[in-house]
Parts: sequence; structure tokens; C-alpha cells
Amino acid sequence: MKTTRRLWVLLSVLVLVAAACSTDDTTDTTTTQTATTTEAPGGAGTETTTTEPPPSEEPTTIRYFTFSAAPDNLDALDAMIVAFEAENPDVKVEVETAPFDNYFTLLQTQVAGNDAPDAFELNFENFVTFATKGTLADLGPFTSADTGFDGEAYYQPAFDAFAVGGTQYGLPASYSTVMLFYNQDIFDAAGIDYPTDDWTWAEERATAEAIAATGDNVWGFFAGVHYWEFYKAAWQNGCEFFGADGSVQVNEPGCVEALQFMIDYVNDGVQPTAAEMGGVSDGDMFLNGELGMITTGIWMFSGFEGADFTWDVVVEPGNTRGGSHFFANGVAVSAASDADKQEAAYRWLRFFTSSDEAAKIRVAASWELPTLTDASLYDGYLAIEPPANREAVLASLENVVVPPVIERQAEMQDALNGLIERALSGEMTAQEALDQAKAEIEALL
Amino acid sequence: MIWLGSDRRWWIVFVAPSLTMLLVFTVAPIAAAAVLSFYRWDLLTSPEYVGLGNFIELAGDDGFRAALVHTLTFIAGYVPSVMVIGLVLALLLNRRSRLSGVSRVVFFMPVVAAWVAVALMWKWMLNSRFGVVNWVLSLVGVEGPAWLFERGWAMASVIGVSVWKDAGFVMILFLAGLAAIPAEHREAAFVDGANPWQAFWRVTFPLLTPVVLLVLIILMINSFQVFEQVWILTEGGPLGSTTVVVERIVKNAFSFGRMGYAAAMSWVLFAFIFSVTVLQTRFQKRWVHYGA
Repeated sequence: MKTTRRLWVLLSVLVLVAAACSTDDTTDTTTTQTATTTEAPGGAGTETTTTEPPPSEEPTTIRYFTFSAAPDNLDALDAMIVAFEAENPDVKVEVETAPFDNYFTLLQTQVAGNDAPDAFELNFENFVTFATKGTLADLGPFTSADTGFDGEAYYQPAFDAFAVGGTQYGLPASYSTVMLFYNQDIFDAAGIDYPTDDWTWAEERATAEAIAATGDNVWGFFAGVHYWEFYKAAWQNGCEFFGADGSVQVNEPGCVEALQFMIDYVNDGVQPTAAEMGGVSDGDMFLNGELGMITTGIWMFSGFEGADFTWDVVVEPGNTRGGSHFFANGVAVSAASDADKQEAAYRWLRFFTSSDEAAKIRVAASWELPTLTDASLYDGYLAIEPPANREAVLASLENVVVPPVIERQAEMQDALNGLIERALSGEMTAQEALDQAKAEIEALL
Repeated sequence: MIWLGSDRRWWIVFVAPSLTMLLVFTVAPIAAAAVLSFYRWDLLTSPEYVGLGNFIELAGDDGFRAALVHTLTFIAGYVPSVMVIGLVLALLLNRRSRLSGVSRVVFFMPVVAAWVAVALMWKWMLNSRFGVVNWVLSLVGVEGPAWLFERGWAMASVIGVSVWKDAGFVMILFLAGLAAIPAEHREAAFVDGANPWQAFWRVTFPLLTPVVLLVLIILMINSFQVFEQVWILTEGGPLGSTTVVVERIVKNAFSFGRMGYAAAMSWVLFAFIFSVTVLQTRFQKRWVHYGA
């Protein structure tokens, strides 16, 4: 009897300990999630390629992990896989997907558990982290052995972005960019001229003020006040986070001015504050007809299709120089996979990123844009309206800004976002916030 | 197995499934976290032993200290409020009537609802432009604040929503406690000339103190781990004014790739919860009365 009671006490203690330690719960969920997502949409494309007479050996099955395909573009991805497997009967591609918010956690967990997918997608910001930690295979041996490979076919800044120290660890797959969108009805009503592709900050600001002055529930402009907008605005003002020697320059006058310019939009009532927005997203405010102009990505094209007003886009204005976002997604091969799987994975990625078939499927599905220079691929894309000025998407490629990236990327973004918010609230001046940002970034290097 | 006695040997078979789950999904991760807290591990490369490095860094981590202060602020606001409201509800509903039965169900419903659903619902109700809360306030001529976007109001809102959700849980525990107190005690007090106020404080409440202790311990353990409602309602903002300890742990582990550091934070959090629980049981002799 006594021993039983002791056991119960022990059990209760264990339960209490279990209740008290919350991180472990989180770890558990991640594990289960990994298990479920691995079984996700895989099949469709894989099943269809049994027509080819079976070669003497078993086909090599590779696992491809992606975030940008799901949920909207799985059909496009399956179509690409069907085309690839028809050309390469000795390879089977199995797709695994996860939403972007969980993707990198899952990928890290799989790498840690020695269960990395053979090929996977990486956005540029995370690419550097994965490349420098030895998780990605050097693609050099594959590209040099592959007579069909043409590095020149890629848009070069994107191709170069997926190399570290001269070693090509990834291939660029797709990109998206950010434009200045404007509500033509608001401009017409106020009798103000539309923006143009060669605007500068001063014209943007003056126009935004004029629109804000037209009514109580109309604001002239919106751009997120955070890391992504800030490094781009800084670039447009001639300032970069890191100098050529790697020194941190985020508190140089050009950067401070850029942050001040962003903050002033809000402080001067030209752009709504977070409280004024009250949890309504910037895109919804634009759709509600409350914003004259908004700086946002081309991924909003489909979301704005149903707007009950006419809208268009222009290349984003710069100050001392032009600069448009370039958000590149690349694909890479796992360093941990067997040699034959790596070779098969490389062939799939080459097809996925540079073949005409894959590019056409991608453009037709509006699944971002292929990072290829062949202009004919974009014909169908440019014909779609709205926006009428879709050519501006390609024009914005003339001056691109890529995110400043360090190994401890997430922490840098977190630190900067916190300080930018402080500057916005008036708790710190732009100069103070960026002085501290410099110190915090240096501590992360 | 002999020590179990032959007739009791079977229980181990019945307990085995949950015990296995507990060992694999709780005890093993706790042990792993203990080991990890002495390593630097980004999940991509092999863990690197850093001794007490994580704990030393933690001691000087302003973000963690701020999160700890916010967590304590939450506890200071939440625990007393939810206990008082839960107790008042229990006292009001401690009678047999149809209305009381229905009310108990109504007050208990938020407890059963998932936090994500509750938090999203309140996020809309507290919306400064379209929210029903500010609309009601506007009817009486008050212009409500942007609850979740103003530094002075965000934590208060999180506390309010948490109290709303959990008061029913506290109420049920107190109702059970009240039901266990024999009616004769109160009757005797009234015969001796006590008024209801005196009867409550001198008779009912002292007999209820074991339940009060239980509720206090449960609430403390839970509120040190406050996370879901914060994550959905404010994401730690505005200006980092609602960051809490578990939020820091999740961020470090899964956004920053600092598993070891996050494990160290978990252990510090555990130490806090453990010592508070020990203190509570240690001091219970001063105010908890057992036996009716």
C-alpha cells in the first residue's frame, strides 16, 4: 500500500513537471508536424510516369521540399514534374510542402534529424545561413559535367546571389518584386497627375500630402515601417547596411535620413498609424479606397483584381538612385544525400529553374516569375490586366536591391524591427535607434 | 513486481500506454533540454559545448529580463482578478436552480473553447475601428483606445481576455470546494448570531482554503507559461510591451536557431515555477485549514 502511494506521488510529480515545462510541448508538436507534412500532397505527379518501359535499374526517387508551391501552385508544380519525369524516366520526384511560416523550422529539424530532403527551396535570406553551415552541396561538379547547362540563361544578379565565396550552392528559381500601386479613382477625383516610372521621393511625398488633404478617411500613402522597407529606402538614398569591408554603416546619414523619411509619412498624418489601421491590413485599406498609394509586392496583383476602382503600378521612386526589391527564391541540393540522389536532384532543379517548359507553366500560373533572361517567356504575363503598366515589373529589374544578409539573419531583423518601432513611436530619434542598431548588429556578426 | 502484490500487478499494464507517452514525449525532452542548455546548437551543425555560457548570456539579456517583468506583470494582474471573479461567480451560483445551472454552463464555455478561437474573437471585438467593445463605449460617450496597439492598454487587454476565458474554470473548482463544506457549519454560525458577511469570512472561506491553494498553484504554473493569447492578440507588441518568457523561448528556438539558449531559458522558467510552487506549499500552514 505504502509503495503504491509512493508511486502515485512520483507520477503526480512527473505530471506537474510536465505541466511546468512548456518548450517540450512545442518540440513535440514540431515532430508530429514533420511526420504529417512529409506525407502531404506528394503523389499526383509521381504516379503518372509509368508509361516508359522500365529501365534495368530502379528509378532514383528524390524528395523535393517547397514552400512557394503550396497551396495555390501545386498543380503547376505537378505539371512540371510530369514534364521532367517524361524526359528523365530514371528519376522520380516526391513533393513535400509546408507553409512558409513553418517551413524553415521543419527544414532545420529534418537536417538535424539526418532526414533532409534531397532538394529544397530556400529564400535568399535563409540561403546564406544554410550555405555557410555546410548543409548544401556544391553544384560546380554537376554544372561542369552537364553540357546542357547554361549559367548565362539566368538573370545574373539572381544567379550570383546563390553563390557564396565563388561556390554555386543554389540555382535561382523565381522572384518577386515590390511596386508603387495607386488608386486611379482617388487621383482622378482630386485632379492629381498619376505617378510615373521615373518619379522620385519628393514627388511621391508631395502627391501623398495632396491626397491626404482631400478627406478625413483617405491617406496618401502606405509603406510598411520595418526592416524590408527600410533597407530598400536606405539603398534608394545611397546608404547600405554594410560597407565593402563588411563594416556596419546602418547609422550613416543616408540611412538615418531614409528612416526619418519613412517615419515622417506616419507622423505627418499622410500614412495611417497602426492604431488608425486598427488591425486592418494595408492591402484591405487599399481595397477599401482609403489609400491613394501603397508600396507592396506583385503578389498582390491577384488580390487587387476584384477592386471596385481602377488601379495601376509604377516602378518605385528612389531618391539619389533607383532601387526595387528583388525577393529571390532559389533551390539547392542537400549535402547529406547520396551521390546518385544528388545527381538526380541536380537534374530536377536544372529543369525546374531553367527549362522552357517549366518557365511557361510558371508564368501561366502566375507563380512568381522565372529568373530567366529570355524575354519571350513573359509575353503571356504582360498581356494580363490589371495592371495596365505590367511592363513596370520588368523595368524594376534595372535597379534591384537584395536584402542585407548575415548568418544570424532572423536576430538582426528582429533587433532592427524593434528599434525602427521605437523610432516610429518617438521614443528614440532615428539617429539614436540606428546608432543602437549598429551596436546590436555588430554583436551579432 | 513482487512488491506490487499479485492482485495489483495489472495496473501497470493499464498505465503503461500513458506512461510510455509521458516518458517519450515529456521526460525524454526534459532530459534533452537539460543537456542542450549547456550547448550551442543551431540544428544545422553539430552541437558545441559551451558550459554555462548560455546561462551567463541569459543573465545579461535585457530582452529576457523585460519578458520576465512582463510575465510577472501579467501574473500580478491576472491571478488575483481571475480568483476573485471565479470565487464571486461560485458564491452566486452555489444554489440549485435552473438559472444557476444554465449560468454555470455559460460561464464555463470559454474554458472549453480553444485559445486560438477565443483570442481571434477578442482581437476583433477589441478592434479600434470596427470592434464591438469601442462601439458600446461610444454609446455612453467614451472614445475607446486602440486596445491592442497602445502600450498602456495592450497588457491590460491580454489580462482581461485571459480572465474572461479562465474565470469559469476557477468557478468550477470553487463550486466543488463549496459543495464539500457541510451546511451545518454555516447554520451553526447563524444560530450564534453571525451575519452572512461574518459567516463567509469566519466559516466558509477558511474551509475553502485548501481549494484556494490548489487554484493558486494551478494558476501560477499556467500563467508563468502565458503564450497563446499574447502571440495572437499582440505578438509581443506594441514596442515589445507584451513580450513574455515563453515567447522568447519560441523565438530563440525556432526563429533564431538557438536551441541551447532556448533550453537554458526553459530551465530558468522552470526554476521560477518550481520555487514559487515550493514557497506556496511551504507557507500554506499559515493560512490553509484542512478538515471541515
